[in-house]
Parts: sequence; structure tokens; C-alpha cells
Amino acid sequence: MRELSLNVLDIAQNSVSANASLIEIELSENTSDKELLISVSDNGKGMTPEQVENVRDPFFTTRTTRKVGMGIPLFRFAAEMTGGRLEIESEVGVGTRVRAYFKTDHLDFTPVGDMTSTMISLITMNLHIDFVYKRKLDDKQFTVDTRQLKEILGDVPLNEQSIAMWIQQYINENSKQLTEV
Amino acid sequence: MKTLEELMALRDAAKANMTTRDDSSEVIRIVVGMATCGIAAGARPVMAKFVDEAAKRGLKNVTVAQTGCIGMCRFEPIAEVLVPGKEKVTYVQLTEEKVAKIVADHIVNGVPVTEYTIGAVTE
Ligand SMILES: Nc1ncnc2c1ncn2[C@@H]1O[C@H](COP(=O)(O)OP(=O)(O)OP(=O)(O)O)[C@@H](O)[C@H]1O
Ligand code: FES
Ligand SMILES: [Mg+2]
Repeated sequence: MRELSLNVLDIAQNSVSANASLIEIELSENTSDKELLISVSDNGKGMTPEQVENVRDPFFTTRTTRKVGMGIPLFRFAAEMTGGRLEIESEVGVGTRVRAYFKTDHLDFTPVGDMTSTMISLITMNLHIDFVYKRKLDDKQFTVDTRQLKEILGDVPLNEQSIAMWIQQYINENSKQLTEV
Repeated sequence: MKTLEELMALRDAAKANMTTRDDSSEVIRIVVGMATCGIAAGARPVMAKFVDEAAKRGLKNVTVAQTGCIGMCRFEPIAEVLVPGKEKVTYVQLTEEKVAKIVADHIVNGVPVTEYTIGAVTE
């Protein structure tokens, strides 16, 4: 993928498919350690330990009946290329957390890219799911929680054009503020 | 800076404007494939373009939705246009420019853009 934000969109689609009602996405960067953590967690149907192993290493399994998923292996590869790693924690009936660690000063580090578009696409295409988007840079952070927005909006949907535009600008402005000193 | 007060004002304006949706049997559905290969090929901006174009033209009878694997990786990004009473049209290898033309010709004027369809590419 050209940007990590596309991997995030793809990994979050797994949570959508797992029937999650809450998906939390966090990007946390530490400039002194030159490390970026991307975490996607959900309260969806979860996986058994065997499933988790198969998902991490789909090419080493004997599974022949089902198509091999590419989403998680690609994300893992993007992290490992930089000297980082990918971790999956999952429990059936409880949910899943995928965490990828990146070394941001590595030559093969893929830029984060347009996270705002990823969040807008997730939020407006999945109105029945709540999203928490958290962004941290060293000791600064901001959070958007669609539960809070829905409380304000009542029966006006998040994908109403003017509302979606507000959310987009809100995320953009807050992301900019985070990186400005 | 965007404020929550502003969001409340937008909510009130949206409420006042909420037109009754057209009869659901008349709704045109656009479905964009958003599996890994679709996303890698550019489905995110394609989907956003469909939403933007529909909003820009004030098309109230159009919904844009996402689906997973459509099963034709090398033709991604793919979108299906479902007009009630008509056969499904599958558009392949989409770009934002192609989307603009599809909305203008097919969605607004009812004339499918044949050269962007799966049939044209696999011939
Ligand atoms: N958050 C999750 N909750 C439950 N199951 C998951 C989750 N993420 C992944 N899985 C399981 O792991 C499998 C592999 O995921 P992966 O994203 O690698 O491929 P995929 O989604 O099957 O296909 P694609 O190549 O389109 O992503 C999924 O099919 C699903 O069964
Ligand atoms: S995996 Fe490519 S279209 Fe399904
Ligand atoms: Mg996937």
C-alpha cells in the first residue's frame, strides 16, 4: 500500500466484517524513540488462537479451501520492513486488537498519509458502528468519538453532507495542530 | 477552529432541510469494492468521488455503499451501479475522472458509460 492510512482502512474493514459495534483506532508517535504505534481494536466476534496463527502466517498453513487473506500479512510486512513488528490479540466473543510498531526513521518506512480520508470513509460508510480515533504525538493528543457526535446530532446522520464536512475539517484541524509546535 | 457549537448549528440546519427521501424503490445504489486489493488499487478516493459528485449535484436518490471482495482483483477499483428495473452495470479500473463521467452520464442521464464497463475491458 502506498500509505499506512490505507492499511488502517483495510484492517478496520476486518473489524467491520467481524460485526464490531465499536472500533478504536489509535496512532501514537514518539519522536525521541522514532517509533509509531498503530492500533486497531474492536469488540467484534474475535478469533481462536489457531485462527490468529493462520492469519499471521497464511502461507504456512495447509488451508486450501479458503482464499488467503492479504490484509494482515501486508500490514505486518510494512511494519517488519522498518524493523518493527505486528501483534494480534484476540478472544472469541470479546474482540480483537491489532497493533503494528514502526521505526519511523527507517528507509522503508511508509508515510502515514491521509488518515482523515480513512476515518471519514469508515465513519460515513458504517453509521451503525461507533468509532474512536485517537492521535498522539509525544505528550500531545486528540480524540474524536462518534458517540459524542451522535449525542449532539440526534437523528441527523453522520453522513449528511454538511456534517461529514464538519467532521473532516475537525479532524484535519486537530491533526495539524498536533504537528505544529 | 471547528467547534461543537458549530456542529449543533449544522444539525439544526440539516433538520430543517431534511427532505423526505424519494421512494426507496427509486433509489440508485452504487457499491464500491473495498477489499484489500480494492483499497490498494485506489478504492478510497473513488468512493469519496462518488459521494462528492452526488452531493455536489444534490442527488437525493443515490446511495453509495461498500462491499468486500468482488472477485476480480486485476480490475479493481470496481463499482456496481444498480438502477431499479435495470440490469446491474459493473465499472472497472476506476479513477476519479471516470467516476465524474459515470455520475454525469449514467446516474443523472441514465446512459451507462459502456467503455468503462467490465464487458468493454474483457472483450
Ligand atoms: N478484527 C477481526 N476480527 C475477527 N476476525 C478477524 C479480524 N481481522 C481478521 N480476522 C480474520 O482473519 C482473516 C484474515 O484477514 P485478512 O485481512 O488478512 O484477510 P481477509 O480480510 O480475509 O481478506 P482481504 O485480503 O480482503 O483482507 C479474516 O478473513 C478473518 O477471518
Ligand atoms: S481479493 Fe481482489 S477482488 Fe477479491
Ligand atoms: Mg482484510
